[in-house]
Amino acid sequence: MSFLFLYLILPAIKGIVILSIILFLVAYATFIERRVLAFMQARLGPNLAGPEGILQPIADGVKLLFKEDLVPSRAQRFLHLLAPVLILVPALVIFGLVPFGEAGNLFGLLKEPITLYITDVNVALLLVIGFASLGVYGLILGGWSSNSKYSFIGALRSAAQVVSYEVPQVISLASVLILSGSLSLVKIVQAQKEMGLWFIFPGFIAFFIYIVCGIAETNRLPFDLPEAESELVAGYHTEYSGMKFAFFFMGEYANMIVVSSVATVVFLGGWLPPFPSLSIWQHLPDLPLVWFFGKVLAFLFLYIWLRATFPRYRFDQLMDLAWKWLLPLSILNLVIIGLVKWGIK
Amino acid sequence: MLEIRELELNMGPQHPATHGVLRLILKVDGERIIDAKPVIGYLHRGTEKLFENQTYPMNVPHTDRLDYIAAATNNHAYCGAVEKLLGVEVPRKAKFIRVILDELQRISSHLVWLATHALDIGAMTPFFYTFRERELILDLFEEYCGARLTLNCMTIGGVPEDLPEGWIEKLQNFIQIFEEKIWDYENLLTDNRIWKKRTIGVGVISPEDAINYGLTGPPLRGSGIKYDVRRALPYEVYPELDFEIPIGKNGDTYDRYLVRMEEMRQSIRILKQCIEKMPKEGEIQAKGLKFIKPKPAEVYFSVEAPKGELGFHIISDGSPKPYRVRVRPPSFINLQALPHMVKGHLIADVVAVIGTLDIVLGEIDR
Repeated sequence: MSFLFLYLILPAIKGIVILSIILFLVAYATFIERRVLAFMQARLGPNLAGPEGILQPIADGVKLLFKEDLVPSRAQRFLHLLAPVLILVPALVIFGLVPFGEAGNLFGLLKEPITLYITDVNVALLLVIGFASLGVYGLILGGWSSNSKYSFIGALRSAAQVVSYEVPQVISLASVLILSGSLSLVKIVQAQKEMGLWFIFPGFIAFFIYIVCGIAETNRLPFDLPEAESELVAGYHTEYSGMKFAFFFMGEYANMIVVSSVATVVFLGGWLPPFPSLSIWQHLPDLPLVWFFGKVLAFLFLYIWLRATFPRYRFDQLMDLAWKWLLPLSILNLVIIGLVKWGIK
Repeated sequence: MLEIRELELNMGPQHPATHGVLRLILKVDGERIIDAKPVIGYLHRGTEKLFENQTYPMNVPHTDRLDYIAAATNNHAYCGAVEKLLGVEVPRKAKFIRVILDELQRISSHLVWLATHALDIGAMTPFFYTFRERELILDLFEEYCGARLTLNCMTIGGVPEDLPEGWIEKLQNFIQIFEEKIWDYENLLTDNRIWKKRTIGVGVISPEDAINYGLTGPPLRGSGIKYDVRRALPYEVYPELDFEIPIGKNGDTYDRYLVRMEEMRQSIRILKQCIEKMPKEGEIQAKGLKFIKPKPAEVYFSVEAPKGELGFHIISDGSPKPYRVRVRPPSFINLQALPHMVKGHLIADVVAVIGTLDIVLGEIDR
């Protein structure tokens, strides 16, 4: 194969395909959430647009496209426009790094197998963390540029929240690095294959901390203070309407999928089946994409389940949780995993 | 130099958590409340003045619109006041029907309180569960008097209709369902860590302060004071019925939550006893009330509404229209304690305290 094809055309095709899959998943995550939530809450949910309501995300998108785009008076117009972009784009960029599978011929569609990721960088995990924390600029700028007190308080809350929760999150991921010995997401999965065990088993505490922090970072219940509906109306996106609001909304769901994907790759063995060293898997067809997206969907379900069950934390309690509980716990966990690894060596 | 000043936050009258059109002017330092000032009057309809221009029976439907979540108790308080003015005794069966309607109304009002209170604190699901059961109560009301919200289900001297055929069976069915479903809400909230963190120690009011502010209903009982109009100034058939008055200990939001949950259970107990003791036959309307023209007098009559003591003070000048009607709405007086209860707390606690006071703007503004 030519150089041009291998390094330009193929990644471009992959990028377009993955982007459309993710955007499709984002749109349908909203639909799944509404239906599952409705099921849990003894009601129907959207069921009129198309059979069982499956066209609802499209209807919502069309509606939001035709909405008037209101900008509050004395708002910072440029930043007001920039904020929704800043929240969605970093989330989508991360999918360039997430490995959906090692190599596959897409269920026999292709003659030669291709790698099921766009690129494998040797510092991929750092990049993922970096891009994920870029999203907070979107929240802060959105809240600040709106010239509204509710948006402003929401932005302040989100800044404090995201910054606090990033610390234990990164430390919990560091304990995985001790286990895998690599920052590359592909290598992390391969390390789990060699070990014959998902990292969730040795690193259960790290997994738990990562999930809690991930939920807090994506501003979902029980940590949805930046957009606490009953207190701050809608928090940082109070003053947004139309497609700009849709960008915030999509950004939230894209971030949920990012957190789910990273948790899947790092803790749940990515595209691997459970206990990948068992001999039974050699007799069964290898389905990397099915495993991967199955795990991601299970995570999304967890998000929805939590939303249906829990009330919301208060701001000071949220900070307490991050600094007084999660941070010491994650450091302790890091030390223990380090000692265990050293002991094995 | 940059100057430091408090942020003045205008919460409402259009805000998802202010339960209608309450407006709060909050002075906040970061997230901490320095001062809160409720502003009311956005729903003022001049109901008290309206009462003076209409005859006594014509006023009953207007009382529905005071506390629109609990219309039956409003009807009851007004009709009871006029009956006291006239010195009329309500037939025994009508008394039982009134108590049944009151207690159903208490449950439905507490369900709305639980739904909105939990939603304000972020728990979304109890809202749908409670409204599912409230629907059954509204169906019962609809079958009895044709209306679901503005019931107009009592007349001066009794009740307008006898209970329809098969209604008691439906009521028993509801009691059975409700006793089971109340655990759905308790499971989601009572032992929930986050719920406890958000409610314990929030909006504390001491028994002394509660009395000084004139609180009644669950906000007073949550502070540990056993005052319930049904026992303190008994009316209708309450002295014959066996029920307890739940009280709290610490006077915080969590205790008031427990008090209201227990009150719903006690209401179910009352309903069961009413079904047993209610006479099968009998009058439902006192005689001799074709034309109501009381002698000049002044009366005060109160009932235990779901939100507290609801009283009507009526002055009659001997004409068919009241000279003056003054309503003592529980929400209006309970709301006074809000600034005291939120001072020093965070913004998130304001919505919790508004929820726990269970105010309805319809009766605050009248």
